[in-house]
Amino acid sequence: MSFLNKNVSETQIRLKDRLWLYIFAYLILFLLIVPSLVVIPMSFSASQYLEFPPREWSLRWYENYFFAWKVENGFNDWMQATWTSVKVAVLTIFVATPIGTMAAYGLVNSNSRVSKILFPIFISPMMVPIILVAIGLFYFFVQFKLVGSVFGLVLGHSLVAMPLVLIIVFSALKNYDMNQEKVARSLGATRFRAFREITLPQIKFSIISASLIAFLTSFDEIIISLFVAGGDNSTITRSMFLALRDQIDPTIAAISTILIVISSGLLVIIQLIGNKENKKD
Amino acid sequence: MTIVDMEKPNERGLQQVAANERLTFFGLTLPYLLMVTALIVIPVGWLFYLSFIGRDGSLSFENYERMMKSKAYIRIFLTTFKISILTTIICAAIGYPLAYFMSQLSRKWANICMIGVLIPFWTSLLVRTYAWLVLLQKKGLLNNMAIEMGLISEPIKIVHNTTGTLIGMVHIMLPFLILPLYANMRAIDKDALKAASSLGATPTRAFWTVFFPLSLPGLLAGLLIVFVLCLGFYVTPAILGGGRVIMAAMKISSNIELYFSWGAASALGVVLLVVTGIILFIASKLVSMDQLGNR
Repeated sequence: MSFLNKNVSETQIRLKDRLWLYIFAYLILFLLIVPSLVVIPMSFSASQYLEFPPREWSLRWYENYFFAWKVENGFNDWMQATWTSVKVAVLTIFVATPIGTMAAYGLVNSNSRVSKILFPIFISPMMVPIILVAIGLFYFFVQFKLVGSVFGLVLGHSLVAMPLVLIIVFSALKNYDMNQEKVARSLGATRFRAFREITLPQIKFSIISASLIAFLTSFDEIIISLFVAGGDNSTITRSMFLALRDQIDPTIAAISTILIVISSGLLVIIQLIGNKENKKD
Repeated sequence: MTIVDMEKPNERGLQQVAANERLTFFGLTLPYLLMVTALIVIPVGWLFYLSFIGRDGSLSFENYERMMKSKAYIRIFLTTFKISILTTIICAAIGYPLAYFMSQLSRKWANICMIGVLIPFWTSLLVRTYAWLVLLQKKGLLNNMAIEMGLISEPIKIVHNTTGTLIGMVHIMLPFLILPLYANMRAIDKDALKAASSLGATPTRAFWTVFFPLSLPGLLAGLLIVFVLCLGFYVTPAILGGGRVIMAAMKISSNIELYFSWGAASALGVVLLVVTGIILFIASKLVSMDQLGNR
């Protein structure tokens, strides 16, 4: 057992002194990842009771998700809700990304006094309890008849996605040398052209990750959707939440599996983009 | 126009350009400011106003008075604080060793472990809550396993109560604690620890007198983020609490969905906002705002 005496840090701590920490850390990592994954085998179960491991396998819950066109229990049909979610999430990208990027650019170039005041305002959508934002929006949207509309949902989701875009693009711009734009402008380029041709290509990967995160934020958003969505425009998370609160429908395991695949897929893309950007430097 | 200006026309021109530049930069932040004003400041301000409107439509403190007197509300406040504090403490107890472990690994291995933290972070909140419901329920995986192993003879109740809520919330909040803490620990100069041990400190002593104090800003940032997020939490307690754990956000929602009482909901919301605001204000004095925003 000589490996137990191996040094694991520069201050002469041996592996056996640290063994508990290794075991503890891997156990916690296991508990972080694995519980979410149990829904995957569940989703292929044939039984409508949630048994693990499933005794028989089937695709009936996927069929239920994709092809059950009947409106049950007063809930919207799953496919329609998915379609609304996708529509809203894509539109959120196009609202939150430009607005967040512009603000990040303005903030990076402002003096520190201005940015000290603006920064807390900009991240306020992350700080104000989301339930308060949701009922506030609900009240506000009732006046403008925006409740249950895609436009209202896009506004609400953009609000929560913008701070994330801002933070990602802001930190990218902080590591970027703005003098490059000055050079371009001294050579006669307009500010916009200098940004488009010099800055944008260098921060484009951050902007792409920011937009993917905006998509994911919108797609996973629940609270605002609970209040603002409605009628024919329920989102997938809203329908799931309402279904979960009342009974455990294994269709949700199937939808969860699909959501896990989507979010881990996007996460992998974001990580790859991050690596690409790091390599470039 | 003064003589000085005449002598330095260039300086005046430069000042004009600089002012224009500042205006341009401010202009770029305007759409963002507009969104925040229209969708947060005005609606939340309106709720603030509503919280001071009594049933008869006149200005009054009746919503707040009712809240202070009602046993139901006091219980909700206590539950909210209890769950939030417990979740924060458990997250710290689990998250600190994990973040420390990751900070001691090489970059490559730390990044691999980081995926383990980020996957749940980006997995839908609902999916994770649902997964715990499946695992913890009476005929769920955990109970079945425990019975097969002979640990228990009857299924025990671990969901639709406080325990289930805590398990789910800790799982969801842990990444929020680990991310700022890990970033902070990574930045700690390892030479400081080497110096301590070369001066004769045991590894334990070096940890407590050198490493731990240096990691406090990150820990504090993580604790405050987790606590603040817990205070306004809705989805997980609603599903895993099974109606037995009622937190402030759930009461706000039911006030509106079931009773249409905007005054009561707004008053509770204002209290939640004020508490959150105070904690974040303290936080901003203790750690830089950048760190708080860095998820």
